[in-house]
Amino acid sequence: MWTTFLDALLLQAGYNAALVAVGAALLGIAAGTSGTFLVLRKRALVSDAIAHATLPGIGLAFICMTALGGDGRNLAGLMLGSALTAAAGLLLVAWISRATRLSEDAAIGAVLSVFFGFGIVLLTLIQTMSSGRQAGLDGLLLGSTAGMLFQDGIIIAIGGALAVGAVFALRRPMTLVAFDADFAKASGWNVGHVDLAIMGLVLGVAVIGLKTAGLILIVAMLIIPAVAARFWTERTEHVVLGAGLFGGLSGYVGAALSASAPALPTGPVIVLVCAFLFVLSLLFAPIRGVLASLLRHRRFQVRVHRRQGLLALAHSEAVHDRMTLAVLRRDDLIRADGVATDIGRAQAAKALLDERRWEIVRQMQFAEGLKANFDGLTPIEGVLTKDELAEVDRRLGPLSIVGG
Amino acid sequence: MRETPVKVAAEDGRIVKPPTSDDSPLAVRGLTVSYGDKPAIFSVDTIVPQGSMMAIVGPNGAGKSTLLKAVLGIVKSLSGTVSIFGESLSEAQQRVAYVPQRASVDWDFPTRVIDVVLMGLYRKLGLLGWLTNHHRKTARACLERVGMVQFAERQIVQLSGGQQQRVFLARALAQDADLYLLDEPFAGVDAATEKAIIDVLKSLKSQNKTVVCVHHDLATVADYFDRVLLINVQKIAEGPVATSFTAENLQRTYGGRLAATHIDDLRLPAG
Repeated sequence: MWTTFLDALLLQAGYNAALVAVGAALLGIAAGTSGTFLVLRKRALVSDAIAHATLPGIGLAFICMTALGGDGRNLAGLMLGSALTAAAGLLLVAWISRATRLSEDAAIGAVLSVFFGFGIVLLTLIQTMSSGRQAGLDGLLLGSTAGMLFQDGIIIAIGGALAVGAVFALRRPMTLVAFDADFAKASGWNVGHVDLAIMGLVLGVAVIGLKTAGLILIVAMLIIPAVAARFWTERTEHVVLGAGLFGGLSGYVGAALSASAPALPTGPVIVLVCAFLFVLSLLFAPIRGVLASLLRHRRFQVRVHRRQGLLALAHSEAVHDRMTLAVLRRDDLIRADGVATDIGRAQAAKALLDERRWEIVRQMQFAEGLKANFDGLTPIEGVLTKDELAEVDRRLGPLSIVGG
Repeated sequence: MRETPVKVAAEDGRIVKPPTSDDSPLAVRGLTVSYGDKPAIFSVDTIVPQGSMMAIVGPNGAGKSTLLKAVLGIVKSLSGTVSIFGESLSEAQQRVAYVPQRASVDWDFPTRVIDVVLMGLYRKLGLLGWLTNHHRKTARACLERVGMVQFAERQIVQLSGGQQQRVFLARALAQDADLYLLDEPFAGVDAATEKAIIDVLKSLKSQNKTVVCVHHDLATVADYFDRVLLINVQKIAEGPVATSFTAENLQRTYGGRLAATHIDDLRLPAG
């Protein structure tokens, strides 16, 4: 299986697998980038409603196409049908939350389940109506790329490219509306239309992703890349790029994995790869990641204890805190028997001096903008210029010699 | 005695345009907004002369912010008209800048200070216009005016409340408008920020631009503003601070909620 996976990754596992991998990558990029704005707008749940509302459209499209004597599994036809019911579901959610006092999430919950239930009824009907021919439809629930046609691949590729292009063209109004909708409205953007564009993009991606990811799991491809990318950066453009990268990567790797074990449905594998990237980001991202913030907190705590310990030394007070003692001991500021070392005494004197300097600074004119630094932890030399420090010491008088 | 019939419309039922002889920066007529069955503001009229600095003053829930939002089309009005420099809002959009309450956005949004200021230029840039160095320079100049240029590359989540407020003001400056509408710009800011903001607003006034602020601090009204609009759902009084910001009008606006001693502290002209 390992070699088949490698072959699939390198697009060597046959024409069809290569097509699927490239298609899934494009889908992932489109889903990641357009989902970002939904996440930033804090309406991630809407994608769930859209995705579930595609199901009745699939059933209806199948019935229509079969009734007209065509192939009920024609992907373009199924996509059109699913887009129509998804749009209907979306409008219904918007209408319910606007016209009634129900919150949007309640409206989403109601619409989502009703549409999905109706879709399942339709699929069951189709099954009893014409046995055997509906085989492809079950695959649309969880994604099944086995037997994907070349023209299906082309549809996915074009759709994905269009979605990415639309994200690029609309990035400014979408960012503005996500950050500050009132200001957007006041500066002349039609917030309703911009929201509609965000939803429309998500709808488009959900429809494109039916075949590859499946209608239920496409939600993961829309949301997870954006939240994973958010861990790495503080800039909207970079979140969008990162989400595209994560989405594309998980689509590509997930499709390759599922191609190497024919029984694996594509959607769940893609989602698992995506989730793996999310967990990596959550743990290891440099600033917002869990480990980084734990470390930062720990380092800050050590600084606080060190400072408290030094001031206690300067005042010859006993230290009762276990951690403070450990920190002082670790930095060789006290000996094992608790007596201050030479370094300890010198640093304690410096700590005391700085404390008195801060007191002076607090009373001085230029201190207005320095309030944030009055925590006793920021080194005073980094905050004041040499001249300012000299002035502080002059006011402090003879006491300042203590530091040496 | 013969009664003269009161005429409210033209003979054929046409709607007569309200007299808009003035092209004042902001003219509001009969503006009413309701969030439910109870109006938030009711039939408010006001005309703001060019180059004035006006405070909108009133108790909590008096509809001060709602009035601004209705003027800007952020909330829908039930009735009434708004004209800006004699035009409709959509025609005059480019001439209006807005500073929302800073608590109205999520400051943990992935963006930097300079990017927020650049948002003030988005409308002019359009969808596909490229952001050039010229735009970045403009944005930095606006940050300079509020004393925040050294924070340009900072993440907005790291800012203090006063700094957030100054960034919002810089974004409005980037809009390069003729009418500035600010919602509580002095709420919860430090003294340095308060001074920076009032300096900028006064410089706008000196350029003959018009400034309208929702304001909550009665003690500074007379120092900062030359006009005042007192509202409590309905308009109570309007005019120059010297003649309209009186103890009597304040009592009518706030009712019993404003202690008499507080009014005495303001040392107002006898009403």
